[in-house]
Amino acid sequence: MKTWIEIGSLDDIPVRGARVVKTSRGCIAVFRTAEDEVHALDDACPHKGGPLSEGIVHGGAVTCPLHNRVFDFATGAAKGADSEVVATHSVKIVDGRLMLDITGLAARNVA
Amino acid sequence: MTQNLVVIGAGMASGRALEELFKAAPGAFRVTLFNSEPRGNYNRIMLSPVLSGEKSYEEIVTHDDAWYAEHGVETRFGEPVERIDRARKVVVTAKGETPYDKLVIATGSSPFIIPMPGHDLPGVIAYRDLDDTNKMIEAAASPGAKAVVIGGGLLGLEAAAGLRLRGMDVSVVHLAGHLMERQLDEAAGYLLRKALTERGIKIHCAASSKEIYGQGKVEGLRLEDGTEIPADLIVMAVGIRPNTAVGKAAGLAVGRGIQIDDQCVTSDPDILSVGECVEHNGAVFGLVAPIFDMAKVLAKTLLGEMDAYAPVEVATKLKVTGCDLFSAGDFAEGEGREDIVFRDPGRGVYKRLVLKDDRLLGAVMYGDTADGSWFFGLIKDGTDISEMRETLIFGPAFQGGQPLDPMAAVAALPDEAEICGCNGVSKGGIITAINAGAHDIGAIRGTCKASASCGTCTGLVEQVLGLTLGDDFVVPQAQPVCGCTDLSHEEVRRLIKARELKSQPAVWQELGWKSKDGCHVCRPAINYYLLADWPLEYQDDPQSRFVNERNHANIQKDGTYSVMPRMWGGMTTPEELIAIAEAAKRFNAVVKVTGGQRIDLLGIRKEDLPLIWKDLNDAGMVSGHAYTKGLRTVKTCVGSDWCRFGTQDSTGLGIKLEKRLWGSWTPHKVKLAVSGCPRNCAEATCKDVGVICVDSGYQIGVAGAAGMDVKETERLVDVATEEEAIEWSTAFIQLYRENAKYLDRPYKWVAKVGLDWVKEVLSDEAERKALNDRFDISQSVYQTDPWAALVTEEERKSWSAPLATVNLEAAE
Ligand code: SRM
Ligand SMILES: Cc1cc2nc3c(=O)[nH]c(=O)nc-3n(C[C@H](O)[C@H](O)[C@H](O)COP(=O)(O)OP(=O)(O)OC[C@H]3O[C@@H](n4cnc5c(N)ncnc54)[C@H](O)[C@@H]3O)c2cc1C
Ligand code: SF4
Ligand code: FES
Repeated sequence: MKTWIEIGSLDDIPVRGARVVKTSRGCIAVFRTAEDEVHALDDACPHKGGPLSEGIVHGGAVTCPLHNRVFDFATGAAKGADSEVVATHSVKIVDGRLMLDITGLAARNVA
Repeated sequence: MTQNLVVIGAGMASGRALEELFKAAPGAFRVTLFNSEPRGNYNRIMLSPVLSGEKSYEEIVTHDDAWYAEHGVETRFGEPVERIDRARKVVVTAKGETPYDKLVIATGSSPFIIPMPGHDLPGVIAYRDLDDTNKMIEAAASPGAKAVVIGGGLLGLEAAAGLRLRGMDVSVVHLAGHLMERQLDEAAGYLLRKALTERGIKIHCAASSKEIYGQGKVEGLRLEDGTEIPADLIVMAVGIRPNTAVGKAAGLAVGRGIQIDDQCVTSDPDILSVGECVEHNGAVFGLVAPIFDMAKVLAKTLLGEMDAYAPVEVATKLKVTGCDLFSAGDFAEGEGREDIVFRDPGRGVYKRLVLKDDRLLGAVMYGDTADGSWFFGLIKDGTDISEMRETLIFGPAFQGGQPLDPMAAVAALPDEAEICGCNGVSKGGIITAINAGAHDIGAIRGTCKASASCGTCTGLVEQVLGLTLGDDFVVPQAQPVCGCTDLSHEEVRRLIKARELKSQPAVWQELGWKSKDGCHVCRPAINYYLLADWPLEYQDDPQSRFVNERNHANIQKDGTYSVMPRMWGGMTTPEELIAIAEAAKRFNAVVKVTGGQRIDLLGIRKEDLPLIWKDLNDAGMVSGHAYTKGLRTVKTCVGSDWCRFGTQDSTGLGIKLEKRLWGSWTPHKVKLAVSGCPRNCAEATCKDVGVICVDSGYQIGVAGAAGMDVKETERLVDVATEEEAIEWSTAFIQLYRENAKYLDRPYKWVAKVGLDWVKEVLSDEAERKALNDRFDISQSVYQTDPWAALVTEEERKSWSAPLATVNLEAAE
């Protein structure tokens, strides 16, 4: 089961850019691609904690601003030789409003 | 006594002949070289890449002033020879007479202009030299301009493709039934036509031109069938005629060309001739390969050595990027001839071999021409191919059943196989050069000349290098920008200018990017190139910038930022220091004095950035751009204001320079310094631009480095006044902005283009002024304080505040 909460509208995020959702269990980076798809990843690079929301968005991926690891939005996995994986979260657009699924975050508390 | 050698025409033929002569016997002749064109020798066959914008004129110059000076050649460029007085052994020009002991006529050929009505209207040109090329480039610059090229042969199609790349609406009118009918059969002609049509070039074959119409200038071309094609420019590329005028007037034996014997001597024993102006055994010439052979013979004859010119087969390639075709030998149909044809329409590949009596007579290839030289070798040598007939069409890689290996084709070539058609260099010749020490492409070009002319064989030469040197040779490639493209930074920069690409999507589409919207490597580079080349038209894209430039602050390893206000020339005031101190306290910053004569506030959270900026702005300070590929600091020393050795106001000049240059984006960061005397307390001799003040004025050094490499500056110029120092420094930086590869500091860029070139450009006062003007235009957009721009309430919110804040405990 998913728990969707509204976090804003698509227009709040620049094309090929990102904004941050602050939560009590860490920040989530919400990205918007050139095709107006939205994706969400933890906003902390598994390498050394770089804020992925500040990276360059290209195709379906983002490049970490600190040491250039490239993370795929679909899987959260680093491309190429790197092996880190960052947690992904579901986001959807309903009537222009952005909905984020916080099930994964909620589960963190339980663990 | 040294003899006087006079040469008429500084083209490709005489250029090669002089090289051969100076190599064999430096100083044997005192040479005077006349040329109608107001310039020396350049690689004429590369005019097409210049036209298309893929090369610049500077890149195709084969002999520069230094070369002529080194060999004592007296150059008389822009001075055509009017006649030869053979009785008195002098040549006559508008400026007087020049005596000769030996004379070489190398006047090339003239383009043929069809004398149809209207052929003399302004806007009708031929395609022969740099001036024609520049006229075409100029015509293509006006928006919506249309061109008609008459003639669908090699030259006409190269002109059409180049004009099209420059954005013109181009039609080709060709008399024969298919394009390049002298070199291609109908099938290959069709594929070529299709490829050109796909690029937006309109092709009319079997079309005969009737007249050019227009009032006072070209307005269009009318065909025999009544069709009218509107045009602002008409290029006639219908053929060439040997340029025999001076020889004929002097009474030399002239047929179609100036007649020469096997030693290149004309009917006058003291007059030799070479190149497209000659006729040898009834044949005339239009490609450089046989002309270069002739040039070698001519040099020998001049030195009294025996050699004889012997005609060879020639192969043809079209220099239109993306249209690969090759043709050699005789491919007409005929009695007893057989064809082997291979087609792969999916890949657009067509190959046809014409055989007779187990020998290869001709080859035509389109789309995949890698095996061209191998087939060409079989044709020239008359090799018996009966053994490999079955697999012949698949090329050398397939003979003997080896797997297809890109190196195999070259490995399979015999030593005699010709690799460089233009210069007639065989595989064996290249190997000899390699064994004699030429271990890269530049050295090969310099010694045995392979790949030095049209360059289409460069890949093959590199493979020979690879095979001969083994692992010691890494095939060098103009490094592509990134995985999204095969183009190098330099090529992308040139194409952005030449094709007037003014947005990132235009670059991705027109230059065939392999990714959808680039990547973190190319996007910042392209964003920079576009804003540097089109400051008024292009809009800077923050999403193509590294985090620091997007957030106007340096990100730290813990995700906080550093904030550094400008301190012009390293000067500050008590009021500024108090404001900095208060801001530091309010936002809990760590304070550090930097190596750049200013103060850094470290550990600021992103949401606080607009707030601390506002505090600093309110105290009259602006961003120090300590995070940009742009102007950083101008360090100064106390100078003549205080120091007992100071010769000039170094602090004042530093402040002026910083105020002029701040805010500008550059390929990499730029740092300056001004020292008040040669004791150099501001460390100006290791900066990108460093000024040392002396009694007589200012010494401007450039291209220093003190980061990962350490390098002293090199002297650009000495000037007397502050104004000149600022003008020169700005011009240097603008030249760097317009030409360098992204992430090359000035010292790296200067190492590539040469300080001599930089000096040459900048010593032209008009050019210096133009560079300053273009810099001003860019500054009219970019000299703004990014901090002030972002401190309005609304922007601050959308920029630094979270999109949403979620309390999970409450949500559960
Ligand atoms: C703050 C400062 C060190 C200091 O505490 O003094 C500094 C800090 C950084 N330097 Fe520097 N450099 C600083 C003066 C220098 C100097 C000395 C100078 O400017 O006189 C040099 C050598 C001179 C030169 O540039 O050639 C210098 C050569 C470099 C280099 C090597 C550049 C090169 O071409 O080899 C880098 C790396 C780069 O730019 O790619 C670099 C990069 C950096 C970065 C931006 C690394 C980064 O990308 O995060 C550092 C930011 C630290 C941070 O967390 O904010 N820094 N850096 C100095 C700021 C000067 C200023 O007021 O703007
Ligand atoms: C656009 C273009 C593309 C080409 N592409 C190819 C190719 O891909 N492969 C190939 O093999 N060949 C190619 N060619 C042909 C090649 O350039 C010529 O074969 C070669 O330049 C001939 O050399 P040349 O020295 O005989 O004549 P040129 O190079 O034309 O030199 C003759 C010089 O003599 C000067 N001159 C003429 N009369 C006088 C006078 N009275 N006094 C003083 N100077 C005089 C002229 O101004 C000219 O500079 C191309 C030509 C053009 C124009
Ligand atoms: S030398 Fe420069 S880049 Fe290296 S740690 Fe110090 S500040 Fe950072
Ligand atoms: S922190 Fe992201 S790559 Fe190092």
